[in-house]
Amino acid sequence: MKERRFVRELLESKQRILVLSFAVGIVFLSLILRLWHLQILSADDYHAMSENNRLRFVPVAASRGAIMDRTGTVLVSNRPSFSLAVVPQEVKDKEALLTLLSTLLGLDRADMAERWEKNKKRAKYYPIVLASNITRDHVEIIEENRLRLPGIEIEMKPVREYSSNQLAAHLLGYIGEVSEKELNTKGYEEYNPGDYIGKNGIERALENELHGGDGGRQLEVDARGRVLRTISESSPTVGNSVMLTIDANVQKQAERAFGEQAGAAVVMDVNNGEIVAFVSNPGFDPALFSGRLPADVWQEYLDDKRHPLENKALSGQYPPGSTFKMVTALAGLNNNIINESTSIDCTGSYDLGTSTFKCWNKRGHGSTNLRKSLRESCDVFYYKLGEKLGVDKIAAAAQAFKLGAPLGVELLNERSGLIPTSEWKQKRFGKRWYHGETLPVAIGQGAVIMTPIQLASMIATVANEGTIYRPHLVKRVVDADGKTLRETKPEIIGNAPFSKESFRLVKQGLLAVVNEPGGTGAMARLYDVKVAGKTGTSQVVKLRDSKQGTPYQYRDHALFVAFAPYDKPEVAVAVVVEHGEHGGSAAAPIAGRILRAYFDSKKPVRKEGSGSQKDDEEEESDEDGGAAEVKEPQIKGDAKND
Amino acid sequence: MIDRRLLTNIDWVLTGLVLTVCLLGIMNIYSATTPYKIIGTAYYIKQFYWLMVGMTLSLVVCSLDYHILEDLSYWFYGFLVFLLIIVLVIGRRSMGATRWLNLGFINIQPSELMKLVIIVTFARFFNNFQSIGGLTVKDVLIPLSLLALPAALIMKQPDLGTATLVILIALSMILYVGLRWSTIVTFICITIPMAWISWAFLLRPYQKNRILDFLNPERSRLGSGYHIIQSKIAVGSGGIIGKGFVKGTQSQLRFLPEQHTDFAFSVFAEEWGFVGCLVLIIIYLFLVLWGLNIARRCNDRFGGLLAVGVTAMLFWHIVINMGMVIGLFPVVGVPLPFFSYGGTSMITSMVGIGLLQNISMRRFMF
Repeated sequence: MKERRFVRELLESKQRILVLSFAVGIVFLSLILRLWHLQILSADDYHAMSENNRLRFVPVAASRGAIMDRTGTVLVSNRPSFSLAVVPQEVKDKEALLTLLSTLLGLDRADMAERWEKNKKRAKYYPIVLASNITRDHVEIIEENRLRLPGIEIEMKPVREYSSNQLAAHLLGYIGEVSEKELNTKGYEEYNPGDYIGKNGIERALENELHGGDGGRQLEVDARGRVLRTISESSPTVGNSVMLTIDANVQKQAERAFGEQAGAAVVMDVNNGEIVAFVSNPGFDPALFSGRLPADVWQEYLDDKRHPLENKALSGQYPPGSTFKMVTALAGLNNNIINESTSIDCTGSYDLGTSTFKCWNKRGHGSTNLRKSLRESCDVFYYKLGEKLGVDKIAAAAQAFKLGAPLGVELLNERSGLIPTSEWKQKRFGKRWYHGETLPVAIGQGAVIMTPIQLASMIATVANEGTIYRPHLVKRVVDADGKTLRETKPEIIGNAPFSKESFRLVKQGLLAVVNEPGGTGAMARLYDVKVAGKTGTSQVVKLRDSKQGTPYQYRDHALFVAFAPYDKPEVAVAVVVEHGEHGGSAAAPIAGRILRAYFDSKKPVRKEGSGSQKDDEEEESDEDGGAAEVKEPQIKGDAKND
Repeated sequence: MIDRRLLTNIDWVLTGLVLTVCLLGIMNIYSATTPYKIIGTAYYIKQFYWLMVGMTLSLVVCSLDYHILEDLSYWFYGFLVFLLIIVLVIGRRSMGATRWLNLGFINIQPSELMKLVIIVTFARFFNNFQSIGGLTVKDVLIPLSLLALPAALIMKQPDLGTATLVILIALSMILYVGLRWSTIVTFICITIPMAWISWAFLLRPYQKNRILDFLNPERSRLGSGYHIIQSKIAVGSGGIIGKGFVKGTQSQLRFLPEQHTDFAFSVFAEEWGFVGCLVLIIIYLFLVLWGLNIARRCNDRFGGLLAVGVTAMLFWHIVINMGMVIGLFPVVGVPLPFFSYGGTSMITSMVGIGLLQNISMRRFMF
């Protein structure tokens, strides 16, 4: 019974399968009939519709946000610029059009053809920019010849305008057309060929804030390009503005202080890490980079031995030289190897094993304690101290200062510098560390390298006795209406754990460098503010010829780091003069002028700064005489010693 | 794991039909995505990877005897309903519609899996159910409630397309089991007021808009009606032999919305014309008929029900998607199986094919 029921059910369902198959057939047949209707009966109508169906997207570039200094002075803004674009789908004879354009406007035909070719893959209604930054005359000629130029359009785009000539070029960076490589990178999905993006500096680092949202109109046009209707429209949103921590005035004075010399300077607020000036000299003209850079200018930049395009403050790495002695000294104090009264006898050199390590002063410094060792930059003191400490304790102190790694400034490609350790050498070269190698490290030579930002952070950390702030350049981001969107809060990224007493002793030494007779940094002295600092000279090559004969690129770098005022530190400055030879004579006066500018701009009442300028200059000439006498040794201070 | 005798019984017709559609699909995705700005791996390559994943899953599914599903079906059902509730809770928390569940290593879409689970559940239910002379109204109350719970949860996401499909699959299976005339009449009497209620209270404004746009495309030439018009222009302008591979103006100028996923067929129709469409539709027709044939040849009721369910799933996807592209149905986000770009669709469909293969291979085992 049950068996039969099962069989009957099975048979019934098999019948239903046939019914279902039949139904499926009918449904599919109706699909086919519908397709027949669309594709055969009405094909001509739809074909005509598709022929007339032309969409055109007219992009409207967003106005890029401005960049201001800390006082609100605009450093970079926009002005309108015109570019010539073509809508390929409306062009019948490409070659003839290009020829006509180049004869009418005198533009480079090959260049336009190349741009056209590059964008061939894009939708045919999408305008391709053939020439950017065309003149108003060009615009007029095109308007007059409209009818002969089907498919040609003029696009208005805002371009960058730099208010002060080349000020802070490396810091601000420049914008340029987005490259093919960038377009294929993550994070650039929203960009289209022809768009301008930040290529460098703040323009690049804050691209997302500055760029704004491009708008555009989606139009439906007929085969002849007449607009039938607007399908959608979105207006561009202006990019946000960025207010920097830079003080344009200090920046300008700092750049001026370098003159023709190549180098970098970083001025930092000791109490929050704000970077007040960020100099890389020589600069360049960022406006030139927005369009096509003329070949001769490009060549000129490339040929310049001073490497104007390199951002020295960010990615220049220099041996810190004697400026590093403050770190070695702190390591010695904290490890109880030296104290305030520890004294050594400097005879002008120090023998370790078979090697002789020379002090910059061949005649020797005689009896030298910590204070004198900083003031006169005695090398032997630090050779002995370094020998007792060993490289790893020095490195530990440097790492407590967060050296040897990027500090996290907003700009891209910040370099990390290098603090050698025995482990590092083992890993890198597969060799153990030799004792003798510690001695150059103790005076900031050997493998030790630091960026100007790290130099500034180091001296700022000494000044505020241990607090390490993240150096930053962006004070706040404001929207088009001036409303603050984001504000950078001071961020403590570490603490250098040295005792107050240790810091006090080192700072006293640094004060002596600038203010006591025999100090190597006298040229940074100000008449009204107590400056403390340290000179440094970093070797570029070991062997040197006579003093006149050293070619530019082999001359030593001159360094000076300082903070002021001594009693209540506000500002730290690090100056590197590439191939400037002597920290005391080349870098210290620049630091002095920068500090002068900083304190002058803080107290606008005392504008008669010309008087103080003279004072500085007098000292400069004084010291130059002294500096000229000193030569030869590995590490040089610049003043006469007692 | 797999019986050696089974290998000789592999259903090559089924395999061949599916792979043909998949390859046509990949070719079409290549054309549809040419005008796109592609970052990373191209879509057609990715679709190829999905095909590999789908085939692997399909192999796994057909290597296990489908009868184990009978025991597991209600567990699957319970688990899936649980997942659907979780999705709703998470969706509510993140203040928006969510269809996805992030399991850390993989994102799954429970509503998509529900299509398969409802098949298994219904197969299990009707397998043990006597239905001589057709189901009465009382007979269908339990299966309908089994259906109503997940359908309501999916609609709440809101995902009208998937909910509709789940319902259609279930109804097809009920139809296969057979209904009495009295039951059919009762249903018609109930459905009409129900439709009115859901229009008034359940459907979201955008869902209503889609239906209205469908009924009258001129109503909103800019919104979803615009898509139907553009799609019809694409299909119609293809003519008899089409505009040629990667030569469709509608698709290359990007008039079509989502032309590599839901409107992939539109691209195909424009470029290959009526002849191409006829070939594709006939392949699909054979696939569906072959699925029904597998059901017919299967000598056990559970297998037959499963085969009909899977075939119904494919059938409704094909019909709704093609119907949408050629302006017969409203725009609901339903992909064309094996043809549209997308991993989820590929996996669901391939698991379905795995089941069909499973049933087809084991038909001699009884």
